[in-house]
Amino acid sequence: MSAGPATTAPALNMGGRRLPPWVATTALLLPAYGWLMIAIFLPLGAMFLFSFMTATPIGTKEIGYTFDQYKIFFTQPYMWQVASWTFQIAFATTLICAVTGFLAALALARSGLGRSQWVFLILILLPFWTNGLVRIFSWTMVIREGGFLDAVVQFILPEAASVGFLYSRPAIVLGLVHGYLPYMVLTCYIAISTIDDAIVEAAESLGARWWTILGRILIPMAAPGLIAGSVLIFVPVVGAFMEPRILGGPQGVTLGTVIEDSFTQGFNWPQGAALSFMLLAVVLAIFATFSGVLRRNAEL
Amino acid sequence: MSDVKLTGIAKSYGGSPVLTDITVDFPSGSFTSLLGPSGSGKTTLLRIIAGFITPEAGQVTIGGEDVTRIPVWARNIGMVFQSYALFPHMNVRDNVAFGLGRRGVKGAEAKRRVDEALEMVRLPGFAERLPKQLSGGQQQRVAMARAIVTGPKVLLLDEPLSALDRRLRQEMQVELLSLQREIGVTTIFVTHDQEEALTLSDQVAILDRGRIVQMGAPAAIYERPATRFAAEFLGDANFFAGLVEGGAITVAAHRISAPGLPEGREVTLAVRPEKISLDATHENQVRAKVLNAIYAGANLTYLMEGPGGQRLKVFAQNSDGVILPNGAEVTLSWPAAHTILVEG
Repeated sequence: MSAGPATTAPALNMGGRRLPPWVATTALLLPAYGWLMIAIFLPLGAMFLFSFMTATPIGTKEIGYTFDQYKIFFTQPYMWQVASWTFQIAFATTLICAVTGFLAALALARSGLGRSQWVFLILILLPFWTNGLVRIFSWTMVIREGGFLDAVVQFILPEAASVGFLYSRPAIVLGLVHGYLPYMVLTCYIAISTIDDAIVEAAESLGARWWTILGRILIPMAAPGLIAGSVLIFVPVVGAFMEPRILGGPQGVTLGTVIEDSFTQGFNWPQGAALSFMLLAVVLAIFATFSGVLRRNAEL
Repeated sequence: MSDVKLTGIAKSYGGSPVLTDITVDFPSGSFTSLLGPSGSGKTTLLRIIAGFITPEAGQVTIGGEDVTRIPVWARNIGMVFQSYALFPHMNVRDNVAFGLGRRGVKGAEAKRRVDEALEMVRLPGFAERLPKQLSGGQQQRVAMARAIVTGPKVLLLDEPLSALDRRLRQEMQVELLSLQREIGVTTIFVTHDQEEALTLSDQVAILDRGRIVQMGAPAAIYERPATRFAAEFLGDANFFAGLVEGGAITVAAHRISAPGLPEGREVTLAVRPEKISLDATHENQVRAKVLNAIYAGANLTYLMEGPGGQRLKVFAQNSDGVILPNGAEVTLSWPAAHTILVEG
């Protein structure tokens, strides 16, 4: 053809040009962030708006805007008690998970179980694969008065009084630990298995006993796993409502159940939404407190 | 200062023996290398001395005390690992002070001893750094300081230099040796690097398949290897086999003699490649053809075809700048005194 080099050169350049990096990055991020926008931030935004309303915006009632919903801790002082119970339950659950989960992870990662290690890991993951309701209701069978636990105790000690503790806060903690322990085992397992055996042996050769190795070497080095596990457990446990309701019975009033009640029984969406956001604020504050520790550990 | 004695040590894994009847003496203040290929049991032996592994039979004594059943933490040893094994979450000072803390040494006394140890490994002023802020060689020095600061009875080194590059390794060898001489601690050093073993040690123990095949001063082992394995593993060697008749063996019409040959027996003789000259000045002589000349600047390695098609290796100094061409026929010779009778 008659096209000279002067005209073909730019055309070739056009065809061979790579997309600017930001286009590719945007294209790769769009599906995930688009979904997050629609599935999380949109409903969350709506809820945030609701939390300032005087009534649930469904039906014919006149809707006004107010801060009253956020004043619940002053208008209904018993909410302080509910919050206190909730956080006590959450702290107890996280602490029990941290201790037992760390020890289990330690045993799994360092005992040299070989192939059977995977069997034990899968056993720990079982609660993940069972339906939450089934898991919780099965506990009611075990710990109610005259339940399985009582049967075992009375088989050994026929005169013993009932040890059933269904409908109590310990029962709630028990159910929550059962459901959330795998998070702690997994995060700690990953953290511990990255510790070189030679580091533990070096400590031993320098005269360290097991408690020094645990306290000065293993726990500090596995701290990122412990913290990650604690955050993963604490956050959902603070808002849990299934375990408190089923295992706590009349004792099971927590922020989670109050929020659920506001949405269902009370049909007071603004109240539930306001409580949810206050809970979110507390959780974020806890995150902010720990993020410094996490960052410091990530640098090691 | 304490000597280390092993008596009749045996260990097996899943029925296959890893160590068989090891009896060896590490004199007080000596530097001994355990040299062997991977799987020879040298690391297992070191870990038995440290206490990480309990032997099935035999006894370990450190400074005259039977420690066979004593756990690692009570043995008062210093150990340096191939991976350095520094505590990554502690700074250099806390790493070095760790062993002191376990012995109840704290405060100003601990600080003084840590500084002294860091001075000895030539790392003063690094006390506040974290291990990840140090180079490999510096980390190794910290590991060394951590191992010696407590004044251990025995220093155990598990291939501590093998992760370093060649130049740094040679530098660290010199430092390790002078440090060991300075504190005079009984040192047992595991390595698969024969040159390292020869350079550093008062005595070398060569291990093969769970047994010590030879032990002695580096020069003694190198000049007089007892077995074919020892001759091949420590340095290079050419072998000739034959029946002894009239004080010599005959290999394709060439007579090769050596001192003290048993008359009428089939024997294996070894000769080191550097003992062979490319002329007919010595009593043992063979004709050979150059297959390949490997030029390495200061010296040359010739791969040759000797009598009966046998492969020979000859080291030559590059003193005259002459490189024999491939295919050249030469007479090789070496003194009978450097011809070694070996087992197997």
